Amino acid sequence: MKKNKAYLGIDIGSISTKGVIIDEKNNILASEYIWTKADPINTVKKLLKTLKNKIPKEYNVVAVGTTGSARKLIGIMTRASIIKNEITAHAIGTLSKYKDVKTIFEIGGQDSKIILIENGIVTDYAMNTICAAGTGSFLSSQAKRLGVDVKDFGKIAINSKNPTKIAARCTVFAESDLVHKAQIGHKKEDIIAGLCESVVNNYLNNVAKGKKIKPPIVFQGGVSKNIGVVKAFEKITKEKIITDKNGHLMGALGVAILSKKEKEELFDFDILNLNFETKGYECKKCPNHCEIIAIKKDKQIIDAWGNRCEKGALI
Amino acid sequence: MKNKIISFPHIGDYCYFVKPFLENLTSLNVKFAPPITKKTIELGSKYSPDTICLPFKYNVGNYIEALEEGANILFQFGGGCRYGNYAPLQKKILKDLNYDFEFYELIKNGKTSFSHIYKTFKSINPEITKSKLIKELILVFIKIMLYDHLEHYRRKKIPIEPEKFKKLKYKFINNLKSQKNIFRILKTYFIYRKKYKKVRCKKPKLKIGLIGELYTSMEPFSTFDLEEELKKYDVSIKRYTTVSYLLIYKKIFNKIAKYKVRNYLKYHIGADATYNVYRTLKLKEKGYDGIIHTKPFGCTPEVGVIPILSKISNEKNIPIMFLSFDTETSNTGIKTRVEAFVDMLMMRKEKKSEKK
Repeated sequence: MKKNKAYLGIDIGSISTKGVIIDEKNNILASEYIWTKADPINTVKKLLKTLKNKIPKEYNVVAVGTTGSARKLIGIMTRASIIKNEITAHAIGTLSKYKDVKTIFEIGGQDSKIILIENGIVTDYAMNTICAAGTGSFLSSQAKRLGVDVKDFGKIAINSKNPTKIAARCTVFAESDLVHKAQIGHKKEDIIAGLCESVVNNYLNNVAKGKKIKPPIVFQGGVSKNIGVVKAFEKITKEKIITDKNGHLMGALGVAILSKKEKEELFDFDILNLNFETKGYECKKCPNHCEIIAIKKDKQIIDAWGNRCEKGALI
Repeated sequence: MKNKIISFPHIGDYCYFVKPFLENLTSLNVKFAPPITKKTIELGSKYSPDTICLPFKYNVGNYIEALEEGANILFQFGGGCRYGNYAPLQKKILKDLNYDFEFYELIKNGKTSFSHIYKTFKSINPEITKSKLIKELILVFIKIMLYDHLEHYRRKKIPIEPEKFKKLKYKFINNLKSQKNIFRILKTYFIYRKKYKKVRCKKPKLKIGLIGELYTSMEPFSTFDLEEELKKYDVSIKRYTTVSYLLIYKKIFNKIAKYKVRNYLKYHIGADATYNVYRTLKLKEKGYDGIIHTKPFGCTPEVGVIPILSKISNEKNIPIMFLSFDTETSNTGIKTRVEAFVDMLMMRKEKKSEKK
């Protein structure tokens, strides 16, 4: 029986790992979303196991694409035909669903970015530099401090009628501001709503500074699941914010679409049974002490990186 | 009396030309500070004020490593921003660390003059004459200018064999550095220019201009070798900031630059900020696809220029990416941003050619 072609896209972020399998018309056949827990290799194995069971029998995966911060490591492990940065992947993925989109807000676990699109191409983008202010990890650490599950954050926030003002410049300032406001008696829901607004203000003042924000706006990334932040965005930008139930999958979808253009090679889910290991060590050949990472497949080094000169090359 | 050994901080490849210059003038030993590594910046950060700009930390690291290797005469330059305060601060920091050395500033209070340089060298080597100093200054100027000139060419071209240019560059430097005759110097330059032009190159996919603060522009280590990273994507690079620009062109084009940017910027806001606005306009005129602006985290003049550049970027429709560098040691973030920027420029370019 001749099988139909399918394409696999994996987005390995700092907090969560997303996998998508699409057919030739970009329809999603199967998808999965799990926590990375700082162990990309085993997470991807787990992800592939679930996807293997979800994919319809008449399809064969013929190309793999990877994106996200662990894209290189996983790209080598899965023999991906394309390894792409998350900005391009997100833009392509979103454009496949929203052809007219002009602005993409993306707030993830560790980074946040804005992508501006005109006539279907990326014309400008910006990404937070150096610090992780106003990202998902900030919200989840503050949720813990407040004793609230981060999933309920949004629901609590929209109940607030009078959001507390919380410093937006830097997470360290925001945190001390939050503690202070709580101690002088602000209500919990007001503080949570204030936090959501501070994330939005931080985003608009730093990442989106000087960028022309035009509708339609699509908001993605893990934080887009938080209705409180979405409402805060609408309140502050005075524009309608579109969120998608598959918003978290856009990166994976984008890289799956990109993999369609690359060379095809039948993907074997058997890599699940292979033993992948990474080993990090310091190169001692000069005082720079490069941190070299070697990836091993069944005890054989298949790739290594991290060296700044030829002296540290392993292969 | 112990042996006097001179050293100075690194920036790019210029150490090769500064060394013979200092040797000829002082007749003393000149020793390079050990090449910049992670250890350099660790040492530098440890002994520098936390909020000072990045080049300061690299310089302090260089000095400490050089002092450990036996250097005892140190040189520092200076400029029109916090760079002007480097010398006294660094001298104090190193003295507090109990090192025994002499410290010379070639630029004082943001300005330099021939008489100041003459006095400085006279105090090191009393036998020096004015004509000797003039001759050495001219020689080192010419060498640096010729070197920069070929570097401009090298940055623009994408060789089919990437290693070829690198090898040629070091051969050129080796042949040039200790020449003492102007005609010989020029001859070497013409020979190597021919050799450079013979290297087979391919057509660049994109043209990107690099602007920004001077240290991050000229010292590849501080930007994780941004230029090489761009070259991997077949990008032709234009970078204005070089030592010959700082020494010569900057003074010549001062008035012109200020006039050309009058719609955006009325006053000088320190260091090379005015020039970066001027270059942005120029790069747009020349049809460059995009611009990358580099600065150390917290560089005041360059932070001040960012809103102006963003405005030009919107008005003139040219993408500008802003990169800040600090003492971080992972280059993953830079790689991601560069790849995304190049992708974006490629998409824009394809779209443009479709329209035509």
